[in-house]
Parts: sequence; structure tokens; C-alpha cells
Amino acid sequence: MTSTRADGAVAVGERVVRRVRSALDPMTTAPPSSARSDPGWLAVTVLPDVDLETLPPPLTDLGDEVEVRVRPAAGGKGTELRARLRDGGSAGPVRRLSGTDREARLRAALREAKQVIEVGEVLRVDPAPHGERPSTPAGLLLEAWTRAAPRGGVR
Amino acid sequence: MKAVTWRGVNEIGVEDVPEPTILNDHDMIVEVGLSATCGSDLHLMGGYIPAMRAGDVLGHEFMGTVAAVGPGVTKHRVGDRVVVVSFTSCGHCWYCRQELYSLCDNGNPNPGITEALWGQSIGGCFGYSHALGGWAGSHAPYIRVPYADQGAFTVPADVSDERALFASDAAPTGWTGAHQAGVGPGDVVAVWGGGGVGQMAARAAMIMGAEQVVVIDRYENRLDQVRTQIGAETLDYEQDDVPAALREITGGRGPDVCIEAVGMEAHSPGPQYLYDQAKQQLRLQTDRPTAVREAIYACRKGGSVFTLGVFAGLVDKFPLGAVMNKALTLRGAQQHGHRYVPEILERMSRGEVRTEHLATHVMSLDDGPAGYRMFKEKEDGCVRAVFHPHD
Ligand SMILES: NC(=O)c1ccc[n+]([C@@H]2O[C@H](COP(=O)([O-])OP(=O)(O)OC[C@H]3O[C@@H](n4cnc5c(N)ncnc54)[C@H](O)[C@@H]3O)[C@@H](O)[C@H]2O)c1
Ligand SMILES: [Zn+2]
Ligand SMILES: [Zn+2]
Repeated sequence: MTSTRADGAVAVGERVVRRVRSALDPMTTAPPSSARSDPGWLAVTVLPDVDLETLPPPLTDLGDEVEVRVRPAAGGKGTELRARLRDGGSAGPVRRLSGTDREARLRAALREAKQVIEVGEVLRVDPAPHGERPSTPAGLLLEAWTRAAPRGGVR
Repeated sequence: MKAVTWRGVNEIGVEDVPEPTILNDHDMIVEVGLSATCGSDLHLMGGYIPAMRAGDVLGHEFMGTVAAVGPGVTKHRVGDRVVVVSFTSCGHCWYCRQELYSLCDNGNPNPGITEALWGQSIGGCFGYSHALGGWAGSHAPYIRVPYADQGAFTVPADVSDERALFASDAAPTGWTGAHQAGVGPGDVVAVWGGGGVGQMAARAAMIMGAEQVVVIDRYENRLDQVRTQIGAETLDYEQDDVPAALREITGGRGPDVCIEAVGMEAHSPGPQYLYDQAKQQLRLQTDRPTAVREAIYACRKGGSVFTLGVFAGLVDKFPLGAVMNKALTLRGAQQHGHRYVPEILERMSRGEVRTEHLATHVMSLDDGPAGYRMFKEKEDGCVRAVFHPHD
């Protein structure tokens, strides 16, 4: 009996939290808990407040291919910028980490958008001065991984 | 231009590389005055951090003169004498605003590599593998410095090049350890490792009010520097039973704060060394955590243990039981130099922080391979080999 009452209280609490959350997220009517378990979304948190009207080119260049949402991050950590491919689907960890999945371009665009919003420009490293690079298998593998690293990630 | 490069495991070269150019508005080019070897380079040299490509320019601890500035740089002008923090941090993301600069979200253009290793990426570091950004290092006449307004600091006129150099990496790393480990007045602090980083951690702990600071190593010349240049006490781990000696010093309690400044290639006199080394070479563990284990055993109940030494991946035989049951706080960090450099430079100017004794061997870039060999083997009392690129 007690447990039923407790469950009821939790359910009410959850409804309240959902209502508050969806009020904070103007782009969604679905409760965020379902958005979170929906595999298609990639996210970065950016420090200043941003809204959908002022998103920078690395993201807007992807046009209608992607759906973008923003909502305030917990504890004043800024704004959560979330995006997904409209014709969705998320690849396995190996393809994600190696940046060979369909979302790779979106992952890189989110990271670049974050830099434009926070710093004003996208950081470049190449060309960096270096000496002779022999074509060893390990060296070529590292080069390939480095080239993929701006697009690859855990999500 | 000439540069000291990584050619392969335990193979350092000197070769011709292109000069750097400004690629971002917030960049500047620094004409390198002095550039030091660091214990972190030894981990790259030994192949323990695998994301090095033959031809990569080494070096991340440096100072020099501004040679060119990008249109977005406001703090510096051509001709300024500057010291540059080894980490590349944007200054604007949430982590930078929390003054946890080495955790910068934006300073590493290759975030996928460290995300795969650690679940999240951290900031970048000059000359420190493609995992930390692929930035060219400072053992060269010129270096490109991104986010120049954030990472470069003007050196006061009364601070010499040899002193300012170590405000780039060794000193702010020591400050990061002592401060983030929570050193305060009355603390007894033990520091494992008497290299540049351990010495600076000891000095920082003294400045932050520690009542007693003890540095542990086995090289007499380094321990001698600790006593004469830093003003801390010493223990030789080949002669003393370290945990027993620390218990005795502290009336049986153990040190309040234990700072580990040794890293993943720690040495140990016992049979466990062979075990750790064999496992590391077979890649069953990536790092040898000898000093961290000892710090955890020695620390007082409820005390704080800080790993300043660099670790890359997995360690074996980690005394988690001691951490949990003794209610220890265990933390680590790459240096948050941007936060500490202004204070360090001020104290250098007042003579409260002296570092020139760390530069035991100053040489030209042509001597790069010899310098690294001397530093690695601790030949001739080498504490840090320092290169003078315009010799
Ligand atoms: N966290 C950071 O931002 C940061 C910055 C710079 C360096 N580091 C790391 O700090 C560590 C020290 O750097 P350094 O430049 O002083 O290196 P170093 O090689 O000059 O000094 C390391 C010292 O540790 C001593 N040592 C080895 N095993 C020991 C043991 N079991 N107990 C006590 N001492 C032991 C060695 O004798 C040596 O004197 C390295 O791992 C380096 O990668 C970290
Ligand atoms: Zn270093
Ligand atoms: Zn940052």
C-alpha cells in the first residue's frame, strides 16, 4: 500500500518536471525523457544564451537536412544545442568513433557552431610545421584517425 | 627552419620544417627564446602516448618574443616578451570560465581521439601528440600560438628568460596540484618526484601555507635542489621506508595532502617494478602507478591525493579499497596555467619563486637528441635540458 502511494507521488512529480521541461523547450511538445532515449540527437552545450534565429553557418548550412532544438542547460551551464538528421538513424560505436557514420558531418558542424558562438571562429591546426613523415602503416593509420577526429565522437 | 622532432620510439631528430603562419584571427607567432624538455616528453619518447607521428615537432614549455599578431589579438604587440602556457584554451567556454582551462571544450581540433579514450575530450597542448590537438611544438625558432590573448603573458622586465621559461609549464603545474588538492595553512604535504614539476608543487604548497613539505626522490642532485633552492625537506626512497618516515614526521597520522609528480613511468625499488614494467610492455596496463599507490597508502585518513604526473590509460593493482575506506579525495589534472601564471610571474619578480636552477643544461637545437638522452637518463645531473633556438 505504502509503495503504491509512493509510486503515485513519483508519477505526479514526473509530470510536473515534464511540464516544466517542455515549457523551457519551446520546440517540443514531447516530454524530454523520450527525446533523450531517441537515438538520433547529438548535443553540445554552449555558454551564452543562443536561440534558433541566431544559429551560425556551420549548422544552418545543413539546412532542412537537420532538425535543431535549444533549451537552457541545468545549473546555468549555458544552452543545450541539440540536432538530428531528419531521416535519422544512429550507427554503432565504431562508426561513430571513426567519424564514418552518416551523422559525422552533423557532429563536426555542432562542434564548429559551438566555437563560432563561444570564440567567434573555428580553430584550425593545419598546416602545422612538421618534418619528414615516412609512410609506415602505423603512421598512415594515425593520420587517418587524426583526419577523422573532428567528425568522430562517442555520440 | 630547424626543429627538434619525434622520429619514433626513443628516436629524436633535428630536421628542417616549414615556418608557421597565422591561421586564425586570435593567433600570434612567437620567436622562441628558450624551450625546455619536460617529463611529459619522456612519455612521448618512450611510446607510451601512441598518437605521435614521425616528424612531429616537440616542446611545450617556452618563452620568447612576439613576432607577428593576428587581427583578433588585443593584449599583445610585436616585440613583447612573453611566456606561453603549454595548454591551448579558448577562454570562453564554460570550463575556461570556471578557470579549469586544461578542460577547455574548444582548444583541441581533434576531439574524437580523446573522446574515444576517456569519454570526453580535453583542451590541446603544444607538441603533445595528435590526441591533444596536433599542435607543432616549441623546439624551433618560431611557433604559432592560437588563442594568444588567453595563453600568452607579458614577462615583467625584472624576470630573466631562464626564470620566466618555467612559468609556462612546471610552475603552473605545481600550482595546479597544490591549489586543487586544497593545500592550506598548517598542512603537512608530501610530494613524490623531485623533477621540475615536483619542485614547483613543493614551492606552491609552501606559499599556500603548508607547515611542512617533504619531497621524495632518489637522485641526490635533485633532492639537493629541493633543500637549497626550494626550501623543503627530502626523503630518498632508496634509503628510507617512505610511508614509515612520513608516519614518523606526522605523529602517526600521515600527510594531509599527497601530490604525485612522477607519472606513468614511475620507478620502484621492489619486485613489483618488474611486474609493472612487464605488464606495461605487454600492454596489459598502459601506465605504471607506483608512486600513486604509495601516496594513497601514506595519506592520512580523510586526506587528499593529487596526480599531477601524466597517465594515459589503465593502471593495475589500484588500491581502491584504501581510497574508499580511508575516505580519501583523489583528484588529478593537466595544468590550468592561465589561472596561475599572473600570480607566478608576480612572485618571480619578487624573488619568491626561483626556477633558473632547473635549466641545468642549455644547448642549441642541434643538440636536441643529446639533450633528450641526458634528460631521460639523468646524465650529468640533468634536471631539464633547455634549447636556445637562435644560437
Ligand atoms: N599535469 C600537468 O599538467 C603536467 C605538466 C607537466 C608535467 N607533468 C607530469 O609530471 C610528471 C613529472 O614531470 P617532471 O618534468 O618533473 O619529470 P622528471 O622526469 O624530471 O621527474 C620525475 C621524477 O620522479 C622521480 N621518481 C620516479 N619514480 C619515483 C617514485 N616511485 N617515487 C618518487 N619519485 C620517483 C624520478 O627520479 C624523477 O626525478 C611527469 O609525469 C609529467 O608528465 C604533468
Ligand atoms: Zn610539461
Ligand atoms: Zn575554453
